[in-house]
Amino acid sequence: MASPRTLFAKIWDGHTVRAATPETPAVLYIDLHLVHEVTSPQAFTELRRRGLTVRCPDQTIATMDHSTPTTPRQRDGSYRIGDALAAAQLTQLAQNCAEFGVPLLELGHDLQGIVHVIGPEQGLTQPGMTIVCGDSHTSTHGAFGALAFGIGSSEVGYVLATQCLLQQRPKTMEIRVDGRLQPGVTAKDISLAIIAQIGTGGGTGHVVEYTGSAICALSMEERMTICNMSIEAGARAGLVAPDETTFAYLEGRPAAPRGEAWQRAVRGWRELASDAGATYDAVVQIDAGTLSPMITYGTNPAMGMPVDGTVPDPDQVADPARRASLRKALDYMGLEGGRPLLGQPVDVVFVGSCTNSRISDLRLAARASAGRRVASGVRLLVVPGSQPVKRQAEAEGLREIFEAAGAEWREAGCSMCIAMNGDQLAPGQYAVSTSNRNFEGRQGKGGRTFLASPLTAVASAVSGHVADARRLAGGECRKRGVA
Amino acid sequence: MNRITSFTARVVVLPIANIDTDQIIPARFLKVTDRAGLGAGLFADWRYAPDGAPDPEFVLNQPAARGAEVLLAGDNFGCGSSREHAPWALPGWGFRAVISTFFADIFRNNSLHNGLLPVTVTAGVHQSLQQQLQRQPEAAVTVDLASQTLTLPDGTSVTFPIDPFARHCLLHGVDQLGFLLGAEPAIRDYEAAHPPRIGTFAVRSGAAS
Repeated sequence: MASPRTLFAKIWDGHTVRAATPETPAVLYIDLHLVHEVTSPQAFTELRRRGLTVRCPDQTIATMDHSTPTTPRQRDGSYRIGDALAAAQLTQLAQNCAEFGVPLLELGHDLQGIVHVIGPEQGLTQPGMTIVCGDSHTSTHGAFGALAFGIGSSEVGYVLATQCLLQQRPKTMEIRVDGRLQPGVTAKDISLAIIAQIGTGGGTGHVVEYTGSAICALSMEERMTICNMSIEAGARAGLVAPDETTFAYLEGRPAAPRGEAWQRAVRGWRELASDAGATYDAVVQIDAGTLSPMITYGTNPAMGMPVDGTVPDPDQVADPARRASLRKALDYMGLEGGRPLLGQPVDVVFVGSCTNSRISDLRLAARASAGRRVASGVRLLVVPGSQPVKRQAEAEGLREIFEAAGAEWREAGCSMCIAMNGDQLAPGQYAVSTSNRNFEGRQGKGGRTFLASPLTAVASAVSGHVADARRLAGGECRKRGVA
Repeated sequence: MNRITSFTARVVVLPIANIDTDQIIPARFLKVTDRAGLGAGLFADWRYAPDGAPDPEFVLNQPAARGAEVLLAGDNFGCGSSREHAPWALPGWGFRAVISTFFADIFRNNSLHNGLLPVTVTAGVHQSLQQQLQRQPEAAVTVDLASQTLTLPDGTSVTFPIDPFARHCLLHGVDQLGFLLGAEPAIRDYEAAHPPRIGTFAVRSGAAS
């Protein structure tokens, strides 16, 4: 009998066009290539320079998301793009897609949205596939049991031209999360807790497989949140083995197989789970029952703590490098060690990004907003991940809930997660954000970001300061059984 | 791709841990469609005061940085976004190598595609180099790719790891895309045995449903 293999090994082996040798890396076949405006122009230029074509346009799809405006459209439905550079980049993508025959979900298309939202939404992301994109949050698609990772622009060009990449085989890490989440604790909190435990480099060189009863109990969208954040621990890819939850999510989606092909596909997907006895290069265990809602206090996603915790005091940190790093972060954040974050005033709250902009995230945010008002002087931006998410939210009445609460309801895009499109913090402003990075200046030069779940974000928006959603008047989380 | 063999250069010391690619090149500089000129945005938020003037306190703005070609950075350099603009901006400024105790995966990979050498050293070597440069800020190090050695100002040589294929490509000017194009027969065989799993045209036109 063959030796037991991990989910990762099965996908890797199944996509090896040419095995690695001592001198050369493996040639790995890519099933799906996602393209956006920011990291692709230089790749298309290289193709043009060499007289190459796109090898598999039907396995490639482009969208506009990073530098697109999310402000309400004009009366005729068109977008006003104030930034000439952003406009030129979007025009360039449209020209490149037209010239090379790549399908594009352009601004104004019914399906346009964040690249990591539209793949799953359309059923393009399927178990057992290899998926790449010039974007580090490509790890999101691993929620389906697909090997999905971010690449640079040079490699975007390689995949456009050959549908392949040269890859060294990564190591594997199992992150096992068992137990039941407490009310008010979400998938985002699991991620922030993992990253706080293993550090921003803890997963580097590894493909993570998330296992355990708490992971199996998550919805697909929650699994996407977890896999999305894998890169914040340094892991290029995160995986969850496909199961009934995965199949139920996929069935009937536009690009999913149908009829007999569907039955056949599901039979194959059931074989993908890691075999009993398969081993990983590293194992991390987390008890879901002990987790609290999390928030970051510093300038990388590993600087996180329970929302009702105390910011670490640099003077209490023994390691000099860690002490210096913490001190630098707290200086930037304008915070003092040894004090709680609860009650810290905030200026802006952002609900959106490829981490937390799907319909379930917006439902969660709407429940916490319902019947409440955004605190005076605070902006709450709600930015759906795609046009379909936006339409769905509007059909469910979520838009009215947000607007009644005083929130801004926006068009789909990356928005304030990367702050390339004019949605940004002013220097010194504080934000609670459902996005994935709290790096210095990430949400605008001089802006200060606290990463948290949609529940914590909205609780903070209505309170006017960092707040614990479990303690909101009316006990929203407990009452609604949100877990 | 230009060949890299060996070079001797002065060092800029920026011993901060977890320098992410948003610090190396902030997102507002990514609205470009080519790779030239990004050196001006390198470390922009640390390098320029709010009024746009160079901050004289920042190491890149100090006279000693002029002509330096090696960056000595803290642990976990290049974490965060996959933007290749980071290893375009570093050589755009004039850097040919970065020395750290640890590099993030995507950054390291992107650097090797752009002739920027990620030189990984132990914490001990890192500390020793930093001390030597504190005593002699003008001192140079030698990076030799063929022998995978870094020679410190005091003459100590240490080896550094590097992906053997990337090393081969950099030493001999082999172009990785050309190499992949050479795998065409194997790719064709693979495709013949594995029909495409999805079709993106149908999604675009709405015909998939």
